[in-house]
Amino acid sequence: MYVAVKGGERAIENAHAWLAEERRGDTSVAELSLSQIREQLSLAVNRVMAEGSLYDPDLAALAIKQSRGDLIEAIFLIRAYRTTLPRFGATLPVETGEMACDRRISATFKDAPGGQVLGPTFDYTHRLLDFKLAADGELPEAPTAEPRQEPTPHITEFLQGEDIIQREPVSEETPGDLTREPMQFPSNRPLRLQSLTRGDEGFVLGMAYSTQRGYARNHAFVGELRIGRCAVEMEIPELGFAIEIGEIELTECETVNQFTGSKTEPPQFTRGYGLVFGQSERKSISMALVDRALRWEELGEDNLGAAAQDEEFVLSHCDNIQATGFLEHIKLPHYVDFQSELELVRKLRREAEERTSEQLGAIAAQEAAE
Amino acid sequence: MTQEFAVDDRQGWLSLMASADEAKLTRLWQDYGASPEFQWLRAPEAGGVMVRGRMGGSGAPFNLGEMTVTRCALTLEDGTVGHGYVQGRSKAKAEIVAKIDALMQTPVADDLRSRVLTPLAQARQAAKTARAAKAAATKVEFFTLVRGED
Repeated sequence: MYVAVKGGERAIENAHAWLAEERRGDTSVAELSLSQIREQLSLAVNRVMAEGSLYDPDLAALAIKQSRGDLIEAIFLIRAYRTTLPRFGATLPVETGEMACDRRISATFKDAPGGQVLGPTFDYTHRLLDFKLAADGELPEAPTAEPRQEPTPHITEFLQGEDIIQREPVSEETPGDLTREPMQFPSNRPLRLQSLTRGDEGFVLGMAYSTQRGYARNHAFVGELRIGRCAVEMEIPELGFAIEIGEIELTECETVNQFTGSKTEPPQFTRGYGLVFGQSERKSISMALVDRALRWEELGEDNLGAAAQDEEFVLSHCDNIQATGFLEHIKLPHYVDFQSELELVRKLRREAEERTSEQLGAIAAQEAAE
Repeated sequence: MTQEFAVDDRQGWLSLMASADEAKLTRLWQDYGASPEFQWLRAPEAGGVMVRGRMGGSGAPFNLGEMTVTRCALTLEDGTVGHGYVQGRSKAKAEIVAKIDALMQTPVADDLRSRVLTPLAQARQAAKTARAAKAAATKVEFFTLVRGED
């Protein structure tokens, strides 16, 4: 039961004023600018864009500043802002095969055309705190080499030549959009991918990890991981042709999974796919693993009852804004609900005290059984 | 290196300007020094577009997430229509793009191209090449260690 109550306005106002002060912190320390956040905390910015489901680095930086670095709060701000934007339309699908790659690695093909390009990675660092960063230091310029001119082809293309990897069905069907129509189950792969790419990184990582540990047999290799920039093209009706309306950074992961075949499919390699805004490597690998696990039905695999195979479980719980909203609402005033529960417990107690100890024992046994 | 961003057709110059650095575009436009009379057909408005990807990189489309875009349309006194579509939320940038788009359809096109679009294309190409050169320096060169004889 909900009952409107008034009061607390001044307390709320004062709490928000104090929040603003705490956000600023010690005023003898220089204030962070949005461009500092955008340039120097870029992976946080990327996460907020990916899970906020809106590519705009300046807005993500503002959200991070406003939320004092609480990234889920920042994602919440972006999601809320997103709903105020008029939708101008949809773009043509980005062609990741034409990505200008900063990084491109394969765990399966050592000599992939285009090579193994490490890019600006944390891999192979020793994970030791670098105290040089605590002091202002000048950086040496990163070394350069002869730049690659041509686009870097997708590695799975080479396996496709042998017909030993599952082909992606080609279609130009307009995909469903979960921001326009609520999710219904069973869903389909386009909706699953949309849900996963904006899903909570920690949740998707945990689900992916569970498949590696044996909950749904799903042994994946990273066939290819690439990070770089892609042009975004859109048809402009008033012009009558498509133009590039921008350029975005993306992380793409394709996993290759061994598959011994099923009643409907021959033995071959199957694929999982991850594509995420920004440089979001952990997330895109996780997404690919979970995508693959959720494809059990179309591949004629057994349902092993694993959480990562259960699309309703995964998709209903991967959104950290939905989860936060429901989780945190229990801290808001529930005085009337609680009052009625209090009355009930008091009444039960009174009744219980009036009974004999044998009766008490019987009730406890019944409750334990329940 | 070949000029990747062609600026000799409308599709080319609009594409170039959409993701161009706003500060650089503004500076070049101000240096060009034109302030044509115009009327809004559509005043600048910020909105979102749904970016799509392809499943498996090559399959059917899915919705990846939105990006911010600002658009506007205007007409010069001679009736030429210019459109501005830019990434992000800058109305000022969209206005500059629409004016340049309109002027590029008039006799000043060659002058405007050489003083604004070409430098913009060169800057973008240089930035792209600089990143590609750094990436190339991180390419792994494998070498085989001594193998045992069977």
